[in-house]
Amino acid sequence: MNYRMLAYSIGRIVMVVALTMFLPLGLSIYYGEGIAKAYIVPIAVSLIIGLAATIRPPKNKGFYAREGMVLVGLGWIIISLIGALPFYISRQIPSFIDCFFETVSGFTTTGSTILADVEKLSKSILFWRSFTHWLGGLGVLAFAMAIFASKDTKTTYMMKAEMPGPVIGKISSKWRYSLRILYLIYIVLTVSEIILLMIGRMSLYDSVVHAFSTAGTGGFGIWNNSIEHYGSAYIEYVIAIFMMLFGINFNIYYLIIARKFAQIKANEEIRWYFGIIIVATALITLNIRHIYSGLPEAFRCAFFQVNSIMTTTGFASRDMMRDGWPMLSQMIVVMLMFVGACAGSTGGGFKVIRAILLGKTARYAVRKAISPRSVYSIKADGKEVSADVRHGVLAYLTAYLIFMALAILIVSLDNKDFSTTATSVISTMNNIGPMIGPVGNFADFSVLSKIVLSISMLVGRLEIYPILVLFSPYMWRRK
Amino acid sequence: MNVVIVGGGKVGRKLVEDFISEGDNVVLIDVKPELCESIQDMYDVRCVEGSGADLAVLDEAETRRADLFIAVTTNDELNALCAVMAKKLGAERCVARVRNSEYFKQLDFMRDALGISMIVNPEYASAGEVSRMLRFPAAINTETFAKGRIELIEFQVNEDSVLEGKALKDINKDFKLKVLICAVQRGEDVYIPNGDFILREGDKIHVTASHKELAKFIRVTGVINRKVKSVMLIGGGRISYYLAGLLLESGMSVKIIEQNRDKCRALAEAYQNADIVYGDGTDRQVLTEEGIDRMDAIVSLTGIDEENMIISMYAKMRGVGKIITKINRESFGDLMEKTGVYSILTPKNITADIIIRYARAMKSAQDTEMQTLYRIVNNKAEAMEFIVTKKSPLTEKKLSEIRLKKNTLIGAIARGNSMFLPDGDSRIETGDTVIVVTTERISALTDILD
Repeated sequence: MNYRMLAYSIGRIVMVVALTMFLPLGLSIYYGEGIAKAYIVPIAVSLIIGLAATIRPPKNKGFYAREGMVLVGLGWIIISLIGALPFYISRQIPSFIDCFFETVSGFTTTGSTILADVEKLSKSILFWRSFTHWLGGLGVLAFAMAIFASKDTKTTYMMKAEMPGPVIGKISSKWRYSLRILYLIYIVLTVSEIILLMIGRMSLYDSVVHAFSTAGTGGFGIWNNSIEHYGSAYIEYVIAIFMMLFGINFNIYYLIIARKFAQIKANEEIRWYFGIIIVATALITLNIRHIYSGLPEAFRCAFFQVNSIMTTTGFASRDMMRDGWPMLSQMIVVMLMFVGACAGSTGGGFKVIRAILLGKTARYAVRKAISPRSVYSIKADGKEVSADVRHGVLAYLTAYLIFMALAILIVSLDNKDFSTTATSVISTMNNIGPMIGPVGNFADFSVLSKIVLSISMLVGRLEIYPILVLFSPYMWRRK
Repeated sequence: MNVVIVGGGKVGRKLVEDFISEGDNVVLIDVKPELCESIQDMYDVRCVEGSGADLAVLDEAETRRADLFIAVTTNDELNALCAVMAKKLGAERCVARVRNSEYFKQLDFMRDALGISMIVNPEYASAGEVSRMLRFPAAINTETFAKGRIELIEFQVNEDSVLEGKALKDINKDFKLKVLICAVQRGEDVYIPNGDFILREGDKIHVTASHKELAKFIRVTGVINRKVKSVMLIGGGRISYYLAGLLLESGMSVKIIEQNRDKCRALAEAYQNADIVYGDGTDRQVLTEEGIDRMDAIVSLTGIDEENMIISMYAKMRGVGKIITKINRESFGDLMEKTGVYSILTPKNITADIIIRYARAMKSAQDTEMQTLYRIVNNKAEAMEFIVTKKSPLTEKKLSEIRLKKNTLIGAIARGNSMFLPDGDSRIETGDTVIVVTTERISALTDILD
């Protein structure tokens, strides 16, 4: 393990996070909140740490899969600790573990909250909370890398660990260009959403905060009843459509810009993604049409809910439990939690492409059972999927389920009802946010459960391995 | 510059590494997914899986926007086909590797007929390199500039050499020479030295001078330079084939040991004057019987690095004067240096050097033109030759008034039919050939200005 290089890279990320804190600092001064200290202290601390670690570039630049994994795992934990400081120092969230939970939930774009009353928080703090979603969406390391135009060649290992999906697609021949293109697309989409929300008579501040939360597919709102607060069909549709857009693999947008429509047509994941959204929306609309005033409103609720869960955002336009959605609809929502968004998007979850590959592998297994000598090639996007990738998906599923089971066991110590216990883990691990159960938020969980749930959020966002390896003795062994 | 490379083998990988360090955008095409993955992990490139002769694959690799397209798969015909297709798609320049000796005589015709910019034959290039090394056996390495008017030669300062402990500025004075020591390797470090630099035992020095002055340098500094008259080649592959031709032409006697009967027969047919021996070159008895003790030089060119190394070590033990070892894996090069066998031939590096040189020349500015580029001291420094075609800040002042980049020096200037070593009063004129030695990255002559 090249510790020097590891420290150097973490130092750079910490500095980038410190720089982003100048935004809420400016806001807090603008609104005269008198909590500038809450930002200045973490900025100073991280700049000192960052400068100390990066003042001299390490001689040995060896950086491999091992360092990449640890960097991503440790890096995310460290920035969550730093990102939690403003909440803690401003005393708007009193307990540090709650601050940490909230920040992890922000960076991992989960959107679970321990706050019973969000509206109590000050404007700059709420801004920072949503901004962590935006930063975490495409990845904090990716952000750092897009800013530092470094010549590091070993970036792939980091990107592999941070970017969601079984295989990563590189759109340009150099990482720094690829990442800049992705961030440009990200910024353009975010700004479009801000403008469209403002056309719907949302204030600039509200639009920005909601656009950040949507862009990262996070789900932090600024009202206790989330998007329902606005009671506007237009705003709900804008947000629902943008959630859907941010759940698409960003490479697709690049292909559109580059006018490579043949490659988009060959993309299976996006077809399934839209297919699932359409079918689920249709089923839920029919299922809940009696609860609401008619088909249009039922459609509006169903469409918003499906996109919110499928893309793992977690905004709410209606409270499912309060309105008494039928069990079928509730179960469809739980299933959607498992599918998740597309690989290479800002969304979390298991990822549509993995589900497709699992389905194809299962079909292959059935065929093989009937006719053992049959030779069959599994293709996705018109290309053969190597056995390595297929095994990787199966191994991922296994690790995912084992971790989920363990987390559920630990959380069950809190002795909550079945639905709350199970969906709290499912929801955090898939980076969705809300649970399905009588309790609306995570405030009453024990400290142990909050830690476990924080880890599940990180595990879900970083796709298990970068966090898991931190606990693996094999990783830290000298040789 | 956008570069597309087809084939991620030894040369392909080396090219990826070199172009990345030049700062270019590289896309690699290879049929093997695991190869693509491992290269993409190691280097900042984009890999496209598939055949280089597949239009969809070429399209995905953005071939139409490529400035340079290089085909280095194992298959000559495929390389040619890829290059032709890339050319038609709009790639600016296309390079193909063609190594089959049957095509050797018609390479120029093929290049023009297919519309390819350059055809590289690594084995022929390697053979040329070996024949140069054999002409100056005292040197570890030799390169020539300005059509042979200037030579750049690498020597080692041995113990009790007269050079040991001398400052560079005193060498020419004390020995009445006209040579310039332009790069020194000491251990892992590389120096572009000034006059106060003091040589120590074990230093590897790079010297530029004319052929005549070098011969004098060798005489006065006591480096033994026995002319090579007889050479033994172990392994009768393509390099041996070209090399034998070159050596016979320059009047040396050549003996080739090859353990494949058909290859022996083909070689015997091609070269009536050479001794072709059918036998195992790693067998001591064969080597002894064929007179390894009487040889001035031995070149091990089998396909296996380890065998080449063992043959060379054995030859060293038997006191052969000049030993050249072909090694494909660079990491073994250092190992050989430890055993005292310094002259190493790495064909993939030679191929990559040729292509990089071509790419640099493409990039270089209009006013000067890069003629040749050699990477010396384990690729840590470069020696380049430029022709000055236009007036520039460099041609207006005396050299003492020009501030050069650090770690950069002008090694020699060739004007007309002669060459001279520059001093503070020299001026560069248009039409001159200028040799620059540097550890910095330079693609045009004006880049050497600070």
